[in-house]
Amino acid sequence: MDISMAVGLMLGLLGLGAGIAMIAGIGPGIGEGNAVAKACEAIGRQPESKSDVTSTLIMGCAIAETTGLYALIVAILLIFVAPGSFVGLLKDTVNALK
Amino acid sequence: MTEAAAPDVKSTRFRMTDYGYIAMMVLPLLACMALKVLFTPETEGVHIAGAMIYLEIPAPVMPLIISESQVNSWAVIISILGLCLYLTHGLTAKAVCKRQLAAEWIVEKCRKLVHDNMGDYFSAWGPFIAAIMGLSAFSSLSCLIGLYAPTGDVNVTAGWAILVFFLIMHYKFRGGLWNYFIGLFKPIPIFGPINLIGEIATPVSMAFRHYGNVLSGAVISALIGPALGGLSKLVLGWLPGVLGDIPFLRIGLPAVLSIYFDVFSGLMQAFIFAMLTMLNVSGAVPWDDWNAKKEKRRQRKMKTEKTAA
Repeated sequence: MDISMAVGLMLGLLGLGAGIAMIAGIGPGIGEGNAVAKACEAIGRQPESKSDVTSTLIMGCAIAETTGLYALIVAILLIFVAPGSFVGLLKDTVNALK
Repeated sequence: MTEAAAPDVKSTRFRMTDYGYIAMMVLPLLACMALKVLFTPETEGVHIAGAMIYLEIPAPVMPLIISESQVNSWAVIISILGLCLYLTHGLTAKAVCKRQLAAEWIVEKCRKLVHDNMGDYFSAWGPFIAAIMGLSAFSSLSCLIGLYAPTGDVNVTAGWAILVFFLIMHYKFRGGLWNYFIGLFKPIPIFGPINLIGEIATPVSMAFRHYGNVLSGAVISALIGPALGGLSKLVLGWLPGVLGDIPFLRIGLPAVLSIYFDVFSGLMQAFIFAMLTMLNVSGAVPWDDWNAKKEKRRQRKMKTEKTAA
């Protein structure tokens, strides 16, 4: 098999992997949606506690975002960092096999 | 109590010092911009890269790298120092300058925040928390003037997170080393490794949360400009002559997104980093164990004093 084809296949799979990793973005989306819905309920029930609820909500949302950000970092590593190291590794392996 | 003489706000000396502080605020950032312009290689199209490397100093184990994010965060530190000196220049018991009110407001807010979140014992932590928050916020905001945001580099945020991790550990060890290690295996011994991972996960998640938010904003900002340019070529390309070449959609729209991704997200993460620092540190103190330890030490001291007498 040609090395360029192998590299192309590897890059494509890395992109696919990054896309699959970002499925984790669903979780924080649903979670933050729930949090905001409950915060709206709480403000509707007690409008005077709006500032407290809002600050707690933003804090909680930021923490709930963490898993999504982990997925994002994995995706960014797969797209920007992994090809650089993996292509060299692949070429070395091919040369060693020859 | 002798009251400090009110400074002559209009005097030349006062003004010159003011200009010096303002220069201290602005010049490092300008120098960073100049460095960036000098070092950026010529590229076309979408270009997303990490921090540029300005200098590599050969060292025994691995080369010591001076990168863009380091230089920018030093510049931000000097700039914040200049801002603080400017705000506190000419402090008097009765405010003469408007800036004194701003400085007082910042200090009061910060003290109140720390006292509300950390309790009485930690109420002296205001300066540290304010320093973390200010450094983080201004670092994230420095991308507004075209610099590479230092917080978009995981090394910078990891450095802060490791600092916070040491503080947390320091307060966790207050109850005695042995008590801490017993506490890891508390509910049932199988929880030991999980608790250990949980201890290490705190700084990792703090670093990655801050870095991920800023970096994702930077990547999206870098992608959205060229994408809007292509879209405007597709939609408005039929316009005659030069008009067809101007990417109209690129005007203004990326700035609106930048308000969320750069300004709101950056300030939010600064607040959250400081908040998590406060909660983690103040929650780390094992009060019962510590008080028991202090009591034991006091009794031992009394006993030795008795035997000595």
